[in-house]
Amino acid sequence: MADLQVRVAQAGPIPLGADFVCRRGELLALVGPSGSGKTTLLRAIAGLYQPAEGHIICGDTPWFDAKRKHSLSPQKRRVGIVFQDYALFPHLTALENIALPLRHLPKPTQRDRAEQWLARVRLEGLGRRYPHALSGGQRQRVALARALARDPQVLLLDEPFSAVDQVTRRRLQRELALLRQQISIPIVLVTHDLEEATALADQICVLHGGESLQQDTPDRLFRQPATPAVARLLDRHNLFNATVIAVDGQRHLQWGRFQLEVAEGLDRFAVGEAVTWYLPPSDIVLHRRDRPSNGERENPIPAMVSEVVTLGGMTSVALRVAHGDMLRFDIATHAARRNRLASGSMVNVSLLAAGVHIMPGAHDLTRSD
Amino acid sequence: MAGAMDWAALSVSLRLAALTCLILLPLGIWLGRTLAYARFRGKGLCGALVALPLVLPPTVLGFYLLLSFSRDAPVGAIWAELTGSGLNFTFSGILLASLIANVPFAVHPIQRAFESVPRNLREAAWCSGLGPWQTLWRIELPLVWPGVLSAFALTFAHTLGEFGVILMVGGSIDGETRTLAIAIYDRMQAFDEQGAALMSAVLLAVSFITLGIVYGLAGRRRWISG
Repeated sequence: MADLQVRVAQAGPIPLGADFVCRRGELLALVGPSGSGKTTLLRAIAGLYQPAEGHIICGDTPWFDAKRKHSLSPQKRRVGIVFQDYALFPHLTALENIALPLRHLPKPTQRDRAEQWLARVRLEGLGRRYPHALSGGQRQRVALARALARDPQVLLLDEPFSAVDQVTRRRLQRELALLRQQISIPIVLVTHDLEEATALADQICVLHGGESLQQDTPDRLFRQPATPAVARLLDRHNLFNATVIAVDGQRHLQWGRFQLEVAEGLDRFAVGEAVTWYLPPSDIVLHRRDRPSNGERENPIPAMVSEVVTLGGMTSVALRVAHGDMLRFDIATHAARRNRLASGSMVNVSLLAAGVHIMPGAHDLTRSD
Repeated sequence: MAGAMDWAALSVSLRLAALTCLILLPLGIWLGRTLAYARFRGKGLCGALVALPLVLPPTVLGFYLLLSFSRDAPVGAIWAELTGSGLNFTFSGILLASLIANVPFAVHPIQRAFESVPRNLREAAWCSGLGPWQTLWRIELPLVWPGVLSAFALTFAHTLGEFGVILMVGGSIDGETRTLAIAIYDRMQAFDEQGAALMSAVLLAVSFITLGIVYGLAGRRRWISG
């Protein structure tokens, strides 16, 4: 079992410039808007698409090397792939679908193995059904079993949960998380669903226009996006422009009329340099009206409540600061009630210095949505 | 013999239809698949050539075939070189003519069937370790089977009913080139209405039974949804 390394590039017809690694036992999610080249990259790994440049290496085996004009056929790559619409063979039963990659084995063994896989995806007794007689979730499980029956070196999942209803999706996601514990190969998941990627993946690679912008753990990615573009693709708010200043020999940020303390990352920048900064919503702390706390000394900011939207247990709040920028965060609905948050009222928040993440350069941060 | 069945003509018709199908179907599978999947220069031209017999009047097609089958023309000359006999007014001649006239009937249904097989089914087969031939045999052919049956039915029925091309190329030689369709015409010319009626009924029955068997087979797929 081995790691998967992908580095591919081409100018067209589908522009690509991707570079990522998926270690064995790890689940890497490729995320990005539609048309960002996610599926094309997956097809390139499977050998169904040949990019103009680059290489794809599985362990010690080069699967694709543009320089040496070397490309293994899909048959020789030993990938298991679950297509978006599952691509089950309609003229074969569930069991026959799963047994197809096992043809190199003797007939009775084929049957036993296929039955075992059917049981592992919890479809005992449904082996003789044809795909049209299975539900969406059952089809997805057959597709997963067929992909794994080949004993693949890499498992590829192309939006595997997009064609089922939400309840089924949750259940299938939980099953995948359980199944993962039993297999120690690289798994690459293509999805446009950030929540799904965060819930399932060890690593996320953000793609845009075929280019990989950043690969990191979900937590680091959401706390420290490499560029405003990544933050945007991850649907992050709280991106602002500011200038680096010196206060008592310490670097601070000048943001509107506020001077912000920053825990780390400012040393890289010169005084007077324009930067973009980002704050995860979890690092915006609302001051309680009834009980002031210690944390309130950290970057206290007065702001006006501009928007309060309650969505069940969580309330999403937008605050406008004096120079017009908007701070957005979510709090529990009961906390919003207790603090009597209402449009137009004034509140104080603290921006935690440890959460402030600095990116070079000033950017146009107006959101189109 | 007035009012009698021309068994020799029936035999010629059935042999012609069976051989046309036997030769044309493998060719139709290859050509239909190529036109459906391959990308090459002149694909449009190739498609037009395949469809041409469909729009030409049979007499026009027959006229050109008659010319090219003569020993003065390349096709006829090569045939004579290989076999020592001519093509015009022989069974081989009407078989070759029937093959050409039936190309669109054999190719089009098969081409449509291949086109309707989703690309990712073939890809899923490759990713399951199946080579190109195994993919064709185990995945593609079972899925295009209705198209192949349909091509068979159309080709068989069209060959039985073909008149103009066969008459132009083969004439009406007893036991050699006189098909049932031509025999019926001959009988009508000879005012033998009873014979024509009998043979028409036989042709109708043979066509109907063949198509019935074919469409019965096509409908017997358990996995079809719905």
